[in-house]
Amino acid sequence: MADERPELKPDERQALTRRRLLKAGVRGACLLGLGGAVAALARPTRAEHMVWQLDPHKCIQCGKCATNCVLALSAVKCVHAFAICGYCELCTGHFEPEPNALNTGAENQLCPTGAIKRTFVEDPYYQYTIDELLCIGCGKCVKGCGTFGNGSLFLQVRHDRCLNCNDCSIGRHCPSQAYRRVPASRPYLLKDKDHPA
Amino acid sequence: MKRLAILAILLCCVAGAVRGLERFPPPDFESGYKLPLTTTPVPRSDLMEGIDLAVLVLALAAASYFALKRRSRRALFIVMLGSLVYFGFYRKGCVCAIGAIQNVTLALFDSGYAIPLTVVGFFVAPLAATLLFGRTFCASVCPLGAIQDVVIVKPVKVPAWLEHGLGLLAYIYLGLAVLFAATGSAFLLCEYDPFVAFFRRTGTLPMLALGVGFLVLGVFVGRPYCRFFCPYGALVRVLSRISWLHARITPAECIQCRLCEETCPFGAIRKPALGLAEPERAEGRKRLAALVVLVPVLVAMGGLLGARLSPVMARMHATVRLADRMQLEESGEVTDTAEAADAFRATGRPVQELYDEAAAIGRRFGRGGWAFGGWVGLVVGVKLVHLSIRRRRTDWEPDRAACVSCGRCFKYCPVELKPRPPV
Repeated sequence: MADERPELKPDERQALTRRRLLKAGVRGACLLGLGGAVAALARPTRAEHMVWQLDPHKCIQCGKCATNCVLALSAVKCVHAFAICGYCELCTGHFEPEPNALNTGAENQLCPTGAIKRTFVEDPYYQYTIDELLCIGCGKCVKGCGTFGNGSLFLQVRHDRCLNCNDCSIGRHCPSQAYRRVPASRPYLLKDKDHPA
Repeated sequence: MKRLAILAILLCCVAGAVRGLERFPPPDFESGYKLPLTTTPVPRSDLMEGIDLAVLVLALAAASYFALKRRSRRALFIVMLGSLVYFGFYRKGCVCAIGAIQNVTLALFDSGYAIPLTVVGFFVAPLAATLLFGRTFCASVCPLGAIQDVVIVKPVKVPAWLEHGLGLLAYIYLGLAVLFAATGSAFLLCEYDPFVAFFRRTGTLPMLALGVGFLVLGVFVGRPYCRFFCPYGALVRVLSRISWLHARITPAECIQCRLCEETCPFGAIRKPALGLAEPERAEGRKRLAALVVLVPVLVAMGGLLGARLSPVMARMHATVRLADRMQLEESGEVTDTAEAADAFRATGRPVQELYDEAAAIGRRFGRGGWAFGGWVGLVVGVKLVHLSIRRRRTDWEPDRAACVSCGRCFKYCPVELKPRPPV
């Protein structure tokens, strides 16, 4: 084998040195370029991380939040702004439009998983609480509450569950383009008394 | 009470569903009831993002040390498994260098997007490491590489023409990803990441099937995603060519035993080669000159084609799709309405505004189409030029672009076993 080994001629050796120098130059330029890129990017960079959130005022309750999250059980859940809630006895977020009775019968409830707990506060008011373990983020109750009630139920990305994908899979499919990145220090777009709708 | 409530509801409906109306004023409780607070669980802290970056830099340093200095496949393998567990299964594949290409692009083209520092770090650190030490990032840090590396059982040799041809796909994919990220249309690389479904242990059936397909293929073809599709791989390939140091097959002088020849599952080991004889050389020079002249022609042709395709590509943008749909509905070409169109109408924005916005995005895609097409032409042209350059090689060497510094060839080199004087 050894005799097949091609030897370098002097001019080739020179070319090799030339090539090495050229490579070093380009490498230096690349490293500088990378440094420059970091500097250029650092200007609009926020040290703070961004997370995904959906704007409840843009949400149309299409139901895609329940099915398009990368998690098997969506990170989007229904949340309740109690300050806006009317504490109705007949909650249109909780009950079917014409319920047989105002009880926990599955045929009376709007929620497909029975995730809304109804507890008596005082006559004639009832408190409605979301069980996040059961909620699938389908938004059926949000639609019911928003159509006939005060709109105190709304959907939010829950950050204890959200994987914060680079590109939100639900946001990609959201027909009303309600998803956007928000600073991680203010990660929720809540409805409150001042901004009910 | 029930009847009263229903009556109230009906009244509300008659009055028209005015948004923001407090139809039922919040009650004044007499029983001392306290309003519960809406819980707001916090996202993962920024500190953890910093830890991710620190782990990345540490892994890069370890991989480079084990590939270049210690020359230990076993150590590289352990680092690789660690990365697979941390960046893959623990971080669920998200924050990765491949995806960061898109964030960096978006930050460059959209001044409204603030890119997190961690993501800049994830984009830059592996590139810098590659410029210094070769593709050690691919060897043991990238979780996508790692998951493919562990399934290599019986690698077959991919014919050179196929290897070169498929290798172009990565550059085209990179171009597409940059185009769609720059126009704010989509993060293609994240959407079609074939292995992220494994990392999350949940995913859609098509993506899961794609992932399984890549892994099954990966049993016979070493790292198919890395070699033929990975857009970040396309970047590091170029940078690795000019790296300061690079892993070597032999620790000292090559004794031409050719024992390493078949050890590389990625076809990255190049034989010693004689240069061309003089008459062939002249012919080769002529061909090279012709190809160099051909490059601008290819770029122009690609650009033209890309510009022609840009309306199709623009449909990746949600606003363009919505505007198209609105146009169909407004002109009465379709009778039903789409959810997105309904949602747009509900906002009360004038439809002309949407059309203008879509037209502006379309123009951006027009320019992007030129750039993307030109890029594809350039990639093909440079590949042709590169193929026509023959270099004389004296030893068995790793191809710096294709070699990921995995270290499989190390233990086949007999020089490795010879006792060496301490460094």
